[in-house]
Amino acid sequence: MAARPELMDYDKALEMFEPVVGFEVHVELSTKTKMFSDAPNEFGGEPNTNITPVDLGLPGSLPVVNGQAVKYAISLGLALGCSIAPTSRFARKNYFYPDLAKNYQISQSDEPIAFEGSVEVEMPDGTLFTVPVERAHMEEDAGKLTHVGGSTGRIQGAEYSLVDYNRAGVPLVEIVTHPIIGAEHLAPELGAAYVETIRDIVRGLGISEAKMERGNLRCDANISLRPRGQEKLGTRTETKNVNSFRAVERAIRYEIQRQAAILAAGGSITQETRHWHEDTGRTSAGRPKSDADDYRYFPEPDLLPVEPSLELIDELRAALPESPAVMRTRLKAEWGFTDLEFQDVKNAGLLGEIVETVSAGSSPQAARKWWTGEIARLANAAGPEVEASSLVTPQQVAELITLIDSGELTDRLARQVLEGVIAGEGSPSEVVEKRGLKVVSDDGALIAAIDDALAAQPDVLAKIRDGKVQAAGAVIGAVMKAMKGQADAARVRELVLERAQA
Amino acid sequence: MPDPRRGPNRLGAMSEITREQVEHLAGLARIALTPDEIEKLTGELGHIVDSIAKVQEVAGQDVPATSHPIPLSNVFRDDVVGETLTQEQALAGAPEHDGSRFKVSAILGEEQ
Amino acid sequence: MSDDLIRLSAADLASKLASGEVSSVEATKAHLDRIASVDKDVHAFLHVSEAALQTAAEIDAKRKAGEKLGPLAGVPIAIKDVLCTSDMPSTSGSKILEGWVPPYDATVVAKLRAADLVPLGKTNMDEFAMGSSTEFSAYGPTHNPWNLDRIPGGSGGGSAAAVAAFEAPLALGSDTGGSIRQPGAVTGTVGVKPTYGSVSRYGAIALASSLDQVGPVSRTVLDSALLHDVIKGHDKRDSTSLRDEWPSFADAATAGLAPGSLQGVKIGIVKELNGDGFQQGVKARFADAVALLTSAGAEIVEVSAPSFEYAISAYYLILPAEASSNLAKFDSVRFGLRVNPEGGGTVEQVMSATREQGFGPEVKRRIILGTYALSAGYYDAYYGSAQKVRTLVQRDFARMFDEVDILLSPSAPTTAFPIGEKIDDPLAMYLNDLTTIPANLAGIPGMSIPMGLADEDGLPTGIQLMAPAREDARLYTYGAALEQLFEQSWGHTLISKAPSLSASEQSAATEGVV
Repeated sequence: MAARPELMDYDKALEMFEPVVGFEVHVELSTKTKMFSDAPNEFGGEPNTNITPVDLGLPGSLPVVNGQAVKYAISLGLALGCSIAPTSRFARKNYFYPDLAKNYQISQSDEPIAFEGSVEVEMPDGTLFTVPVERAHMEEDAGKLTHVGGSTGRIQGAEYSLVDYNRAGVPLVEIVTHPIIGAEHLAPELGAAYVETIRDIVRGLGISEAKMERGNLRCDANISLRPRGQEKLGTRTETKNVNSFRAVERAIRYEIQRQAAILAAGGSITQETRHWHEDTGRTSAGRPKSDADDYRYFPEPDLLPVEPSLELIDELRAALPESPAVMRTRLKAEWGFTDLEFQDVKNAGLLGEIVETVSAGSSPQAARKWWTGEIARLANAAGPEVEASSLVTPQQVAELITLIDSGELTDRLARQVLEGVIAGEGSPSEVVEKRGLKVVSDDGALIAAIDDALAAQPDVLAKIRDGKVQAAGAVIGAVMKAMKGQADAARVRELVLERAQA
Repeated sequence: MPDPRRGPNRLGAMSEITREQVEHLAGLARIALTPDEIEKLTGELGHIVDSIAKVQEVAGQDVPATSHPIPLSNVFRDDVVGETLTQEQALAGAPEHDGSRFKVSAILGEEQ
Repeated sequence: MSDDLIRLSAADLASKLASGEVSSVEATKAHLDRIASVDKDVHAFLHVSEAALQTAAEIDAKRKAGEKLGPLAGVPIAIKDVLCTSDMPSTSGSKILEGWVPPYDATVVAKLRAADLVPLGKTNMDEFAMGSSTEFSAYGPTHNPWNLDRIPGGSGGGSAAAVAAFEAPLALGSDTGGSIRQPGAVTGTVGVKPTYGSVSRYGAIALASSLDQVGPVSRTVLDSALLHDVIKGHDKRDSTSLRDEWPSFADAATAGLAPGSLQGVKIGIVKELNGDGFQQGVKARFADAVALLTSAGAEIVEVSAPSFEYAISAYYLILPAEASSNLAKFDSVRFGLRVNPEGGGTVEQVMSATREQGFGPEVKRRIILGTYALSAGYYDAYYGSAQKVRTLVQRDFARMFDEVDILLSPSAPTTAFPIGEKIDDPLAMYLNDLTTIPANLAGIPGMSIPMGLADEDGLPTGIQLMAPAREDARLYTYGAALEQLFEQSWGHTLISKAPSLSASEQSAATEGVV
């Protein structure tokens, strides 16, 4: 077979084909205990310690549903605009895999807790796109495999694998969209924006940590192409392992280009699972979907139907926070940001940080300035994976801004304080104390320094007295230097003009 | 080898179970059946399926399915942490472990 | 003395223990001696507890210290190996779990311990409770104490045989399609399948979750009632567990002994459960029973359950389907057997080799059947249809119970058949549960009590009583009444005619003639 380019130019691909995407997002719920056992909902610690006989699938053990997880799932369903099923059922999804303790996953099949909703997703240009949601259902997470031996730590070439079941049974809600048509060339951006919106929704509900980098939020992206003008959907691939918003976007773009190249060359797409590789920016083929995927779903006989009362649903509906789209409109107005300013904040993923900083007492503009300015710069400098929100807390930023507003810190000093906070030296006040960074507000010390500077530059003094006020800059500079920057430049200026006339 | 599909069963009907089907089912169920077992099961399963297929005769559209003998619903647990197994207890029955995790031989293929 | 102790009912033993006439150590020792003497031949036990005497001594000490103890305190009990015990291996009769000691007790076992019963050991069973003869145990068959060449029924042949052979006054069983009642019938003992959900399933190694129910095995109706009183009740670890407040079943059984307790009781004879294919001796004893009941003032009516014709088919779809999934956990990763294929292999190959070698033929047969019934394209026709038949069976029961207080049928179509006779004929084997399966499909309680010996082979037959869901007390009242009626008409208990099995009388036992 003749070599052909692996990828088609993106614009050309869009010219020839219409992209159709779909998403399966798994959200780990932050309940105290697991979905079907009273083991702590914690993992990452000492392996195989947060487990009961249920999580280990020991013979004779039986699952019992976590009522809180059900409430969380209903709240999420409502936030996604879904109908809540009057009767929903758990089902067993049967397949063998060593991380699946019982070799079946308790999930929901044809009777999910929530179905048919939609999510308004804000695109990078500020327009809204409606993503149709097919269903949201409850299920349990699997354990964690570690592959040992081989060169990459990956499954291929491993000599053996180790299993830790601490994560087994962690409650999940899986949100499945309908095929999404119409995003066109913005399909990759839509993917990232959709997953981000889901993150915002679940964080707003307080039902998940929703950290993609920790796997609290996981996305599988389904992508297919169809020739322009064709009604029938093309064969889709399901790309897994996309662990950041950016990865979702890149993976979709890559798959569009890859599939377009194959289709344009007369080839056909294999329905398969594909894996995203962050390092190479490519996807690779995984397991083909086939008849072997016979999960033999049947109603879980150990569990009973979930039949939420209308009262419960109404109660949970009343407690819903506003949707991210509504919240954004409100915040933009409340904060008085320009379109550009708001867009910057949103694209940087810093809305939540600013909300919290403002609620801790800062002005919206000061909060915006620090988060999108210095803090974002420091995050960037620390590495591509470092998020601004991981460096400092909104409370620390608010304290910093308070210190600036009260005149105790200059912007320049505040930047040093910030570095100290990030370095773990304590709260802003503590850093000020430890590093001795307080602004000199003792007028006596300033006046002495100003008088010295004026005496050293008699020509400047003369100009000021002639009314050429801008000449004061040279003196102010000298004073600030003498004070090692720990002075409020505005106050220095005031005093310089005052002393010049003395 | 005789085609198992052609073997008449006890009721005189043709069994619909083929050798390939039994092989496929054994794969799904992760049982490495021997060729002899597959042969034997193909015949037996045919007989059994023929004799139990009659459930379809009375399973009308209007009859609801019963999955639990005694109807109950909304059986939930409070979200309160209980007793867990120790690592030692968890690993006590394991055929192989590394001191903290269960050990299995290499997994063919991709992550699920 | 020790021979007298083993022949006491649990109730009588309990009262001697309570009065101090007998110690639990003495009672336990008597049963351990009996096991040592006869179990080589009967093979009811897979494991005999090393802690039994110690446990008994502790209970004696508590009693001596004046602690208030339960009605069965100090009474020894055998436990079917399907139940998890933290101090004894729990194998469910399978090689795949050989030697596995669970890190926890089944809820019913914990209740036994809390009520100060003395676990004697674990009893043999068909592998994962799949079978009607205990021949499918991976550890060899159990022999019927009435005739050691015959099967003791199954899957709980070990528990029934232990009780019939006076190795234990009480035992726990589990009943998915008749595994308590059918062994009861063929060993001349009493067995009860409670209302689904009235006894916790937590720690019972699951066969078919929507059918399994743990229940008592004994030699008298009152003894089963006393044991049922110990194990019943809600368990938060079992979602299907009922929250009902249950009456005292012992009181219910005692009430049945009052004169005239059967007067005016409406009893339904299920037409479909007493027809062709039933052994002549079984039909004759059943006719005797009906005549006795009539003479005691009961009103007998024939009722019909058209759906029962389909029940066994539905059962052999639902059970294998659920079992195929329940048994997937036996994969060599976390517990149990691991078989490495020659030259190693992937985890898939290790799992497949383990399951090939670890499971016996009946387990494999049902797993493959269940996998088939659930697989894409067949679900609606098989599993889906079977669930609908289940609805029809429930409707038939509801209709019949509108008319009568209790239903009667023979507990099993035949007496104990020779070991080996049906082992290669799965369909013939499946028919043994014809009479008991409908109760499991509907979740209703059922009881088997001794009905006399069949003329042609001198072996025990059993009669089954069925009551509406949650009406287990009715079984005990009418069961105790009928038991009394039988024993008055025979002039003795049936079990008193069982061979003694003592070493010197071995030959009499194998003849199996009373």
